[in-house]
Amino acid sequence: MTKLPTWADVVLVPLISLSLAAIVSALVLLAIGQSPREAISVMVDGAVGSPYAWGYTLYYATSFIFTGLAVTVAFHAGLFNIGGEGQAQMGGLGVALVCLALPWPHWTVALVAASLGAAAFGAAWAFIPAWLQAKRGSHIVITTIMFNYIAAALIVYMLVDVLRPDGQMDPATANFPPGTALPTLNQIPGLDLIFVKKVPANVSLFLALAAAALVWVLLWRTRLGYEIRAFGKSEAAARYAGINPVRITVIAMLISGALAGLMSVNNVMGEAGRLVQNSSEGAGFIGIAVALMGRNHPLGVILAALLFGFLYQGGAELGLWTSIPIELRIVVQGLVILFTGALDQMVRMMLGVVFRPRAAKAA
Amino acid sequence: MDYPMFLQLLDSTLRLATPLLLACLAGLFSERAGIFDIGLEGKMLMAAMSSGAVAYLTGSVWAGLAAAILGSMLFALLHGLASITFRGNQLISGVALNFVASGITVLIAQDLFGQGGRTPPLEGAARFNPIDLPFAQEVSGVPILGPFYAEVISGHTFLVYVAILLVPWSWWVLYRTRFGLRLRAVGENPASVDTAGVSVVRLRYAAVMITGVLCGLAGAYLATGLQAGFGREMTAGRGYIALAALIFAKWRPWYCLWACLLFGFLQALALRPDLIQNSIGISVPVPALDALPYVLTVVVLAGLVGKAIPPRAGGEPYVKER
Repeated sequence: MTKLPTWADVVLVPLISLSLAAIVSALVLLAIGQSPREAISVMVDGAVGSPYAWGYTLYYATSFIFTGLAVTVAFHAGLFNIGGEGQAQMGGLGVALVCLALPWPHWTVALVAASLGAAAFGAAWAFIPAWLQAKRGSHIVITTIMFNYIAAALIVYMLVDVLRPDGQMDPATANFPPGTALPTLNQIPGLDLIFVKKVPANVSLFLALAAAALVWVLLWRTRLGYEIRAFGKSEAAARYAGINPVRITVIAMLISGALAGLMSVNNVMGEAGRLVQNSSEGAGFIGIAVALMGRNHPLGVILAALLFGFLYQGGAELGLWTSIPIELRIVVQGLVILFTGALDQMVRMMLGVVFRPRAAKAA
Repeated sequence: MDYPMFLQLLDSTLRLATPLLLACLAGLFSERAGIFDIGLEGKMLMAAMSSGAVAYLTGSVWAGLAAAILGSMLFALLHGLASITFRGNQLISGVALNFVASGITVLIAQDLFGQGGRTPPLEGAARFNPIDLPFAQEVSGVPILGPFYAEVISGHTFLVYVAILLVPWSWWVLYRTRFGLRLRAVGENPASVDTAGVSVVRLRYAAVMITGVLCGLAGAYLATGLQAGFGREMTAGRGYIALAALIFAKWRPWYCLWACLLFGFLQALALRPDLIQNSIGISVPVPALDALPYVLTVVVLAGLVGKAIPPRAGGEPYVKER
């Protein structure tokens, strides 16, 4: 098979995969008698057509940056962390416990404490699968799937039997104290000129961007990051170079779990103001699509998270204004994962045909 | 807990274990051939929707069953294309197809029936009805065994018995036929099979398509046997529990039966938390019962109870040497 030029591999392959996913989605819409043209115009209007719409798109994107980074870090260590969903929900539990523990004086203090709580709970939930993979050779994909379900059951138990206030019917924690409310973009001086209506996007957006920068520094500018990438490329070579596989597996998964947990600062603390069942609403899984689409690079993850933020907000608008079910976005999400993650060789083979004559001429 | 109560519990165990068992055996064929499949859930869902829709439209459960198998095989084919032909990541392909199935089943059902992504309730010949085994009434008077035969063994739908019979059939195919030997070999060491002049690609496609058929049965059972119609996300994680059962069973057919019966029993218990309270006097939270199959599987994976060794070549695309 022809080896593609780097730019084609980094830019063209994801773009073509994305177009294929879009084309198949359009065909699906046609098949159920809907108009793809109308769908896309409703989505664009509702997701990027106004600052208010952007406020929602950015809110979703914030969560997806965190979970995308989580998958990215694990991927570089050669680990497929499919447990972002469980880790994010456990992160939500961490946020809730921290927020309800004290009458927090100011949101800045609460943000730091809640972030630590979210990261610690997310990391802890990733620790056992990591340790089992490193020490006992249990396949991390399977264990993290199992831990998603165990987390869901644990959260149900905590919400129904432990954290639910007396006299409340729905399984959720009490509302967090007012001192924990994070400023939304329309409350930040300067940004309030753009965002005039109340939007859910909040300061954790900047936390997510900072996390992306830190992940970049970690992976490409530190010794630990080098070890993680070396381990992911070839475990045998890394072992021979004196890199401890147990240490790298556990550390990479702890970071991954912490990042997944951190998304709960955005949705549980920034938006809901209390912990409910299934708080992450699939964002942990979207992290897989985001990381694949973003080619496991923090910058790519940010762009892909924006794309999925658009898809999520746009999909919700479809559910509101058209007869197209909101589930369309799950189909698109699945197709993006399919084309970018599993059928990428097919795209490369197609491109190989295009690039072959040119490569032959140059030679 | 008295005896009739216990029989009731076993009866629902068998009903709840059936979709798990069918999906578990489905995964067995795929994974034994070296193709990991975490897309059991999606295939079941697709099958459930297809069977619910077609059974309603035609009024025939058999047409529904055929549609279920076709729907599930379509997804199996996609998984085969991604993981065999294009040598993609099998895990990612499975995850992706689960999402596609989760969304597209609702889209199609909503388009056809406009009932919020459900299919209309099925009745009469549009669903599988209980079959009374011979002499169930006559022997029910026999102490202990009589009621067991009448309550637990008899009175299930067609696919329950099919699922049970598929266990020895799977064992026979995998361990007593040439096809089975080759299928297991292709999951352990595809190069050796290739050297012997047998097509790795064809064998793996065959295995993946068997997986499709069995997941089709599992999905059809959900929509036309266990319940009367399709509802969104009606598989409710059963594909993943089946995957857990497959690991718990260490990729062996008879163990699959026991693992699925155990997990089915836990599901049956979770529906009746009062039974545990009454019989052992301790109230066990329902979420603990829900989580138990997964916890048990992690324990097995950790190698604390024997060791679960997956097929050696599982998850790796086969590249013929040039």
